[in-house]
Amino acid sequence: MEIKLTVNGTARSDEVEPRLLLVHYLREACGLRAANVGCDTTSCGACTVLLDSESVKSCTVLAVQANGRSVTTAEGLVAEDGTMSAVQQAFRENHGLQCGFCTPGMVMAATSLLAENPDPTEQQVREGLEGNFCRCTGYHNIVRAVLAAAGKLSGAEGAGASSEVSA
Amino acid sequence: MIPAPFDYEVADSAAHALSLLAEHGEDAKLLAGGHSLLPMMKVRLAQPALLVDIARVGELSGIRSDGDELVIGATTRHADVAGSDLVRAEVPLLAYAAAQVGDPQIRHRGTIGGSLAHADPSADLPMTLVALGGSVEITGPAGVRTVAADDFFVGPFETALSPDELLSAVRVPRGGDVPWGYQKFVRRANDWAIVGVAAYDGRVALASMGSTPLRALAVEEALRGGASAAEAAAHAADGTSPGYDFHADTEYRKHLARVLTKRALQGETG
Repeated sequence: MEIKLTVNGTARSDEVEPRLLLVHYLREACGLRAANVGCDTTSCGACTVLLDSESVKSCTVLAVQANGRSVTTAEGLVAEDGTMSAVQQAFRENHGLQCGFCTPGMVMAATSLLAENPDPTEQQVREGLEGNFCRCTGYHNIVRAVLAAAGKLSGAEGAGASSEVSA
Repeated sequence: MIPAPFDYEVADSAAHALSLLAEHGEDAKLLAGGHSLLPMMKVRLAQPALLVDIARVGELSGIRSDGDELVIGATTRHADVAGSDLVRAEVPLLAYAAAQVGDPQIRHRGTIGGSLAHADPSADLPMTLVALGGSVEITGPAGVRTVAADDFFVGPFETALSPDELLSAVRVPRGGDVPWGYQKFVRRANDWAIVGVAAYDGRVALASMGSTPLRALAVEEALRGGASAAEAAAHAADGTSPGYDFHADTEYRKHLARVLTKRALQGETG
């Protein structure tokens, strides 16, 4: 069937099979490779994207379910001049990644988390990221990055947030 | 993993969805958030010929008061139940339980009706509905019928729903000051309960202790007889036959049921 949706701010229309998963639509039809297929079982969160600004696991959403809606991937967080979003910058500055496979999903989950709760506690960040697995970092720098991004987004100094994190 | 091919129809009303179910029978499945059905379709445990998408049917969504009950539309998402001021004030156990389902991404998609219709005996909301003494509204060709939670779950992943029926709403008693507790024992974040316990006003329900969510009737009887939480909780595993798997054997599940029931009766959450 034909679907019409907005992907990273651009209106698209495509003919898709009903069984096409959103993550495959994004990667193969749209050429957007940030969302990764990790576990493929709604567990790991590597495929997390925003559906109308809320985080979802795109391995468990049909492309047809996104018909008429807006989808944002990690590519879509980058401004036209190449400037990364506050969350993306915070992940880089706080070394919030190692191999990088989970990172696009972490960034999207964190973006959704901060949209719902702009000033989270460390515990709220950890619980808010429970749908995203990282097998490299032990999560500490990821949590630092999200707290730093929260500081930036709320106007405070982002670097100050890192000292709040207990190891 | 890719689901087997299927046709897809978007229902524009509950009546439209019912007519599609009547036409296609057991070959059709309702789709709302898809967070129970799509994983089963991806591993080909389910291969419906037709998916009827009810997620855009406005009359099936939303939360309202009706006398001494709250009525929650079947396609209301877990995030909306958990975040609802009305649910938090009137049925805090349900708001808490909805916030324990899966993880934030899953709660942005999964629905209360979907979780109940899926009837996983280890899941949060079936156990919670039983503890609350709630009910479900089922709409079918003959009209609307209401089924108590105790009668709705009839087996593992099996309910009182017929293939031509639609779970349209959930009813739970209002009671903001009623004492409640909730315990979910997991080894990993966003997992299903190895054992779960929900306690509400002298009613106690267990998850993962049998083929359906179970009332801990011996505990309830002890409480009515004046037993303390600790004394009553000692009966939590009475009459149960929990399964065993790599998470826990039968005896360990029974032990967990007793420990977690005591905590739930003391109003603890976790």
